[in-house]
Amino acid sequence: MITLKDMKKVFNAGKPNEFTAVRGVTVGIEDRKLTVLKGPSGSGKTTLLSIIGCMARPTAGRVFLDGRELTSLPERFLTGIRRSTFGFIFQQFNLIKGISAIENAMLPAYPTGRPRAEIRRRASELFELFNLGGKAEARIEWLSGGETQRVAIARALINAPAVLIADEPTAHLDSILSREFMDIMASLKREGMTIVMASHDPIVYESPAVDRIIEMRDGGVVGEVAS
Amino acid sequence: MQWFERQRNIIDFTLSSLLRRKGKNAALLVVYISVVFVLSSVMFFTHAIRREASLVLQGAPEIVVQRVIAGRHDLIPVGYAQKIVGIRGVRSAKVRLWGYYYDAVSGANYTLMAPDQFSHGEGAVAIGSGIAQSGSYEEGTIVPLKSYNGTLLSFEIKKILTGASELVNADLMLMAETDFRSLFGIGPSLATDIVVEVMNPREVATIAAKIVRLLPDTRPIIRDEILRTYDSVFNWRGGILLVIFFGGVLAFIIFAWDKASGLSAEEKREIGILKAIGWETSDIIVMKFWEGLSVSLAAFLGGITLGYLHVFFASSSLFEPVLKGWSVLYPDFRLVPFIDPLQVATLFMLTVMPYTVATVIPSWRAATVDPDVIMRS
Repeated sequence: MITLKDMKKVFNAGKPNEFTAVRGVTVGIEDRKLTVLKGPSGSGKTTLLSIIGCMARPTAGRVFLDGRELTSLPERFLTGIRRSTFGFIFQQFNLIKGISAIENAMLPAYPTGRPRAEIRRRASELFELFNLGGKAEARIEWLSGGETQRVAIARALINAPAVLIADEPTAHLDSILSREFMDIMASLKREGMTIVMASHDPIVYESPAVDRIIEMRDGGVVGEVAS
Repeated sequence: MQWFERQRNIIDFTLSSLLRRKGKNAALLVVYISVVFVLSSVMFFTHAIRREASLVLQGAPEIVVQRVIAGRHDLIPVGYAQKIVGIRGVRSAKVRLWGYYYDAVSGANYTLMAPDQFSHGEGAVAIGSGIAQSGSYEEGTIVPLKSYNGTLLSFEIKKILTGASELVNADLMLMAETDFRSLFGIGPSLATDIVVEVMNPREVATIAAKIVRLLPDTRPIIRDEILRTYDSVFNWRGGILLVIFFGGVLAFIIFAWDKASGLSAEEKREIGILKAIGWETSDIIVMKFWEGLSVSLAAFLGGITLGYLHVFFASSSLFEPVLKGWSVLYPDFRLVPFIDPLQVATLFMLTVMPYTVATVIPSWRAATVDPDVIMRS
């Protein structure tokens, strides 16, 4: 269970371009559920996701993961938690060009100190699961949009995280690929994964796999829908 | 174990990262190897040439006595040697016959000497490798030399000299005393100079003063003075190399600075991605450290090997026009291969360290950004 209390995030504090992205959000993310943060651009979804995933620190407020407060942890511990607990899928997928698809997927596991053979085995299993077996050695720029997306999902799962965080994952996908993505999310949820997504794509928030929709606007929560 | 695996994983990724920018990294390696090559060549050469100098001086006489007329070096009467031997503290005084011979055919100056013991007898010469090469001479070849009165004298080459210091004997020609005298028209009562050995090396200066008192028309030159002359000659050569050396260092600084000041947008983005997917700042620094070390170590080893081959096996061919040749003949310059660990360590500190630091620092700056920046890119 992830809990955010009175969460506030201000960018460029004290400067003329000061901007409050998240203001006073208190919300709980339940385990093994698929939660969607829904709202227009600039509503604070991505900022909230960053804070949930230990990528950014809040300006005020506190974050709890299974009852343990994360806000005050030093950078190193926060990175450790981020690496072991969260898997990330970015809007642009952010894969590294020039290296093979499988090496991209293996990257988050490198600093863990797990043996390379073990990491590769895990990546191969994920590639088989996502029908990417034949593309393991292909460079990332040679892959289709759907394949790129699945490599990004495999990368997010390489460290077997408990929580998957996806920021506008369907923004650059057509409807067919977007539905395919949601099918994968549904199957991951069935396997017991907690999923948090930010999206304003109806294919995402209207998907039957979604358990809860948190509506955001102007940095605050304006409504909640449980489906 | 975990630490090793972590390093191994990071090194694996670093190497595949380097490989994907093959063109850029190959160009970088070529520049880097060239810089190390120049620096190491200069270091090896200056060090080896100093060793040559010390080799030359090992056999140098303690005192050389020349006769001076009107301030110029002149032939010295052989009888002076007897007078010098009479001075207390002098072990021996031997006359020497030596001079220069200009060979119009090869356009080179030879150094001619008549040693004390010339085993090949009259009508024979022993020549340095430089002379042998310039005239394609072999043992048994007859060399004609023009004497002081214009007549040609023929000498058979009996031996090609190969000495410890080729730098000095390359243009050397040895012959019997009688041949030397008839070639230059020097009578038996005269010699070029006299070399004096003393019993106690600490008395060299005193004995030199006594020689001047006894023979006022002479000039004793003590070994320290010869040493100074050689030193200045070798240092002059080393000095030119020092200029090249500083040029190389400067090129390297500019090169490293360029590297330090410029992380491409692509590299910054990649660092951001790595941070976002769970790499710590220290992991990125480790990665960049391995990157810098692998490039600079490869360049260092490549450059230093090329420099070694260049100086000790290719006769420093790139420096040859500026640095070598005692006279006009260039010696086939095989310096004795020698590596001074301190020199190698200095070169390592001058090249590998700054490059590695130059690679790590900008990455460290880029890696300290919040990983959420990548979420917004």
